[in-house]
Amino acid sequence: MIVSPNPHIHASVSTRSLMLDVIIALCPAVIVSFLYYGLSEIAIMAVSVASCVVLEWAITKYMLKRPSTTGDLSAIVTGILLAMNLPPTCPLWVVFIGALVAIAVAKMTFGGIGQNIFNPAITGRVFLLVSFPTFMTDWTVPAGFISNVDAFSGATLLGQVPVLGALEADKLVGLQTFFRNIGGSAGEISALALLVGWVYLLVRKVIKPWITLSIFATVAVIAAVFHLCDPAQFTGPLFNLLTGGVILGACFMATDYVTSPMSTWGGVIYGFGIGFIVMMIRYFGSYPEGMSFAILLMNMAVPLIDMKFHQRKYGRK
Amino acid sequence: MSKITFAIGGVHPDDAKLSRGCAIEVLPLPETLYVSMAQHLGAPAKPIVAVGDKVRTGQVIAEPGGFISAFVHSPASGTVKSISPRKDLAGNNVTHIEIAVEGDEWVDGVDLSNTLVTDIPDDRQFILDRIKACGVVGLGGATFPTHVKLNPAPGSKAECLILNGAECEPYLTSDFRIMLERTKEIIVGAALMQKVLGDVRTVIGIEENKPEAIEAMRKALAELPYKGIEVLPLKKKYPQGGEKQLIQAVMHREVASGGLPISVGAVVQNVATSLAVYEAVQKNKPLITNVLTVTGNCLPTERQHNYLFRIGMPLSYIISVAGGVPEGAAKLVSGGPMMGRAIANPDAATVKGSSSILYLSESSTRRGTESMCIRCGRCAQACPMGLEPFLLRRLYAAGDLAALEANAVQDCIECGCCLYSCPAYIPLLDHIRQAKVQVMGVIRARNAKK
Repeated sequence: MIVSPNPHIHASVSTRSLMLDVIIALCPAVIVSFLYYGLSEIAIMAVSVASCVVLEWAITKYMLKRPSTTGDLSAIVTGILLAMNLPPTCPLWVVFIGALVAIAVAKMTFGGIGQNIFNPAITGRVFLLVSFPTFMTDWTVPAGFISNVDAFSGATLLGQVPVLGALEADKLVGLQTFFRNIGGSAGEISALALLVGWVYLLVRKVIKPWITLSIFATVAVIAAVFHLCDPAQFTGPLFNLLTGGVILGACFMATDYVTSPMSTWGGVIYGFGIGFIVMMIRYFGSYPEGMSFAILLMNMAVPLIDMKFHQRKYGRK
Repeated sequence: MSKITFAIGGVHPDDAKLSRGCAIEVLPLPETLYVSMAQHLGAPAKPIVAVGDKVRTGQVIAEPGGFISAFVHSPASGTVKSISPRKDLAGNNVTHIEIAVEGDEWVDGVDLSNTLVTDIPDDRQFILDRIKACGVVGLGGATFPTHVKLNPAPGSKAECLILNGAECEPYLTSDFRIMLERTKEIIVGAALMQKVLGDVRTVIGIEENKPEAIEAMRKALAELPYKGIEVLPLKKKYPQGGEKQLIQAVMHREVASGGLPISVGAVVQNVATSLAVYEAVQKNKPLITNVLTVTGNCLPTERQHNYLFRIGMPLSYIISVAGGVPEGAAKLVSGGPMMGRAIANPDAATVKGSSSILYLSESSTRRGTESMCIRCGRCAQACPMGLEPFLLRRLYAAGDLAALEANAVQDCIECGCCLYSCPAYIPLLDHIRQAKVQVMGVIRARNAKK
């Protein structure tokens, strides 16, 4: 007979079940990327996931000499997110280096799941972006299982802003972009697919909507204000929401439990910070997008936010 | 769908009211009863009988050992065999009066008929005296002496009497059954307490997963002459029946940290207590019985029961009457699965506040292996007191008592929501309970100095 203190039952939710839900939520966007970018994207995904899992397993077993934590599936989530954040033409050895930085540097050095300050997948991506800019900005569109010949190649929508000017760039974004936006990181083809996954996470109560909504609102408001002031120089809200990984980042990367604030209002502030930084980088910085940098910068602020924002306590002012 | 509930936190476990259809059955008397002197919160009662004395059912066998204490009555007629320490459910040595049962001869002056007595005595003090003399204590879990709770200190004024029929713990159905089977008695009990408190507004809060009880209460209220009593369906959410949570749901007020419900004008009594008040005042019948659910997810439907037991029956006796421990039971719990106590000592005797014997299967009760906190914040979202269990556990590991106090560890009501919702199976409540004991010690020492 078991004798232990209360509670005697459990919600039967585990780290593994939560991560499984995230994987399920990522499936629509992953499937879309496979359809449009074909075998090369499947290879990137396979290498990324396998590298992350094997690296975490090897590090826990041979370096930390602890029981393996790969069973919690978080390494798979990191692998999927990393692959989704890379161009579909990325060489596989570069993918492996990204996984190495994500798992070995960003995650395991800090002590593994729950301990890392920076989102592992984004850390991996940013490392590759600054180390291998050529590979990371090669937006050639590989052959997919369904036709994508009408896609631009050479630059992402955001990358075309300096070339075409904000007015012309804005015209390229419409309702159609919401469903299909070829040319960019593999995971951000379909805003719809990403949002379906996000809604799944909300319905399953895996995450709360506040961080994501705060990012969307901040990006939209800042873009609207600047765009109204000078439409020739600043792209509008729709353009900025639908391009450059804002949806992928806001739905799946900024909402990472480990690297986001715990309280509702903390999450709102965190989301505001991400939205603000990404818009400043886009309008005034030298990188065309900036979502990754915005999330990493705000990751650093999370301990401070958590110190300042708490739950409302019962019976206390 | 009722939207009325508390504002912070809470969880939604499967309510698993498997024994809801089981009518209350009267348990036969065993050969021996062991009556604990610690039937209630506060000072243990003092035995006033001696070994060899003949006692009758309902006879006073122990008197209050302090201001917060209560009378204890003999649950059967027979001979006092011993007065000695015996292990209670928690494993503490507590003085028990052992009674060799010879029959069920009641003391004189007790109305044993089933006639409903609806006239409310005009004398407030008479009602209070009867409640005290009959040893009525709160049957919702804390077993606080009812006459003390109904007699607020001068300067505080009751504005609302809340009858707690939430029964938010999964599995338990004893309150549900008495609300169905003793509906009018409970309402008369509420009217009696309403009288004592000065004709205050009275609300019977019932979770909406018990529509039959809500219906029965409303019907009975319409047939009875009392004013100012209403039924309030509550949303099904744990811990709806927590005193502070219920006050928040019903009155939209929050009891300040360290304060008593009366500070916001609230008095909360369980429906079972209300029934005990009825029997005490209208029937002069002391509190020696209560209803206990025998249930669990490894028990077939035909073996689920709601029993009317006498205090002092060993749990093991009830278990054997109910057919023994079922196959597949990995944990025995007395009380609900969220706040009850695991039974390590089945020979422990039932007390006034006993509410269930719950058999849980291995798969439903086995704790998962603890892993790293993933900062998901579920514990903080679940905490009905708005605490941050992940933080408290970290502060406890660091031994920082001042920070623990600043983060309100002493407000924890030990409802178990944090550990229930933790995906990393971190024993949050185990740590917080320890932290709370230490911080309470610091607070008491500081107050003593003042």
